[in-house]
Amino acid sequence: MEPILEFIHVSFSYHSMDGETAALSDISLSVMPGEFIAVVGPSGCGKTTLLSLISGLLLPETGEIRLFGKAQGTSGANIGYMLQRDHLFEWRTVYDNVLLGLEIRHKLSHDTKASVCSMLDTYGLTAFRDASPSALSGGMRQRAALIRTLALEPDILLLDEPFSALDYQTRLEVGDDIGGIIRREGRTAILVTHDLAEAITLADRIVILSHRPARIRKILPLHFDDNHNTPLKRRSAPCFSGYFEEIWKELKSDG
Amino acid sequence: MDKPLSTAQANYLRARSRHRYVVLAGQLLLFILFVGSWEFFARLGLLNDFIFSSPSRMAKTFFEMAKDGSLFLHIGITLTETFGSFLLVMVIGLFTAMVLWGFPSLAELLEPYLVMLNSLPKSALAPVLIVWLGNNVKTIVAAAVSVAVFGSVMTLHTGFKQVDPDKIKLIYTLGGNRRDVLFKVLVPSAIPLIINNMKVNIGLCLVGVIIGEFLAANKGLGYLIIYGSQVFKMDIVMMSIVILCILSMIFYRIISLLEKKFAGKR
Repeated sequence: MEPILEFIHVSFSYHSMDGETAALSDISLSVMPGEFIAVVGPSGCGKTTLLSLISGLLLPETGEIRLFGKAQGTSGANIGYMLQRDHLFEWRTVYDNVLLGLEIRHKLSHDTKASVCSMLDTYGLTAFRDASPSALSGGMRQRAALIRTLALEPDILLLDEPFSALDYQTRLEVGDDIGGIIRREGRTAILVTHDLAEAITLADRIVILSHRPARIRKILPLHFDDNHNTPLKRRSAPCFSGYFEEIWKELKSDG
Repeated sequence: MDKPLSTAQANYLRARSRHRYVVLAGQLLLFILFVGSWEFFARLGLLNDFIFSSPSRMAKTFFEMAKDGSLFLHIGITLTETFGSFLLVMVIGLFTAMVLWGFPSLAELLEPYLVMLNSLPKSALAPVLIVWLGNNVKTIVAAAVSVAVFGSVMTLHTGFKQVDPDKIKLIYTLGGNRRDVLFKVLVPSAIPLIINNMKVNIGLCLVGVIIGEFLAANKGLGYLIIYGSQVFKMDIVMMSIVILCILSMIFYRIISLLEKKFAGKR
């Protein structure tokens, strides 16, 4: 099978009057369709930059990013990006917020609206359709934000610490919830997080980055048996702490 | 609230509403005291009512001028000019702020000039405007617009620039362009700011219209004030000032109502 996303020796630096900050250095990585990748690393190491590059908001300085085997700008790949905070607009109802992406891409039609409605239904938001976002709980807001992203039927879903603004308990629930949604919809996903446990519970493979400028220190494939294959069950799997230990050591040894 | 109120809550609410009535009564009392002592001292002759006028003389003038309809003509003219220039200021202000947001280099280029024009005392422009535009309503509207428009542009532009950059990023991640950012994020999120700016602008426009009418009018409240002072009919002057007070309060209230309606949930 052909990889859906490839990084080929990608480097990137930020420029400001105070000087140049190298964010990513020589990143090479390929992601298969349907894979769930988690990216972990020290804070400020360039994880978000990685996502901005995939989405095309930033362009690599050297190297190349390929989507479906074609160069980033020409691939026509549809990329969904979920930011740290949900940014639901208070001046729109939940329904209108969820339709925002379709509206921007001029894809509002009977079919797309119907599919959004069925997602609202599946994920328990139908009752809040015409409410304002402030009526939603933190977890429901994240779900609404996810539906807004999924409404565009992205080939690749980028998640930038989407649970970091939630309190611990909600975070576990929403992680389970959203992880489940992404699996069920069969999406390729790349999750950036600094929460190691979150990465282990959700991903197929974990990419461990070094300090800035970020290089790939290690790519760790995860294997859980079928009895432990939802995020919450993974936490109690015997190999969970082994993986945790391994990533922790890898991050610690990074000078 | 479906639950019955606790005693403490009921007491609290009662205390709050009592407080409101006390303040209202105090405000009314202050008004009566002011108007009453003005009238009282004028009647006693301690206050020269030829110079200071008096509430009863103002009322008399009001009814005389109301009867022949001339007063409403003057008020109507001033109102029309104020609303007209207010609308112009809002349209020009919003449009220019959007353009400046869309072209940051242009904004950078124009910044010192905007600051200068904004702090320039606009009454200094009025004589120039008369020469350029003539002794007519164009001058008055131009004076009013010049008083408010530069500050409006700067306020709105600053407001646009302060919108959460992540909200803008969201639009881009959804595949939007700068146009989408402007109309889906900046303008809606700036509604409270725009309404606040309207409050300031309506007041400034009134100032500008009165300055304009002082110099270039034969109708309007500004004209009445100048005319009255020239022929030493202080009753007309004072009455016009009182009407201006009432008008500006009404403007403020109208926009507060708008604010309640549109800016509730942001």
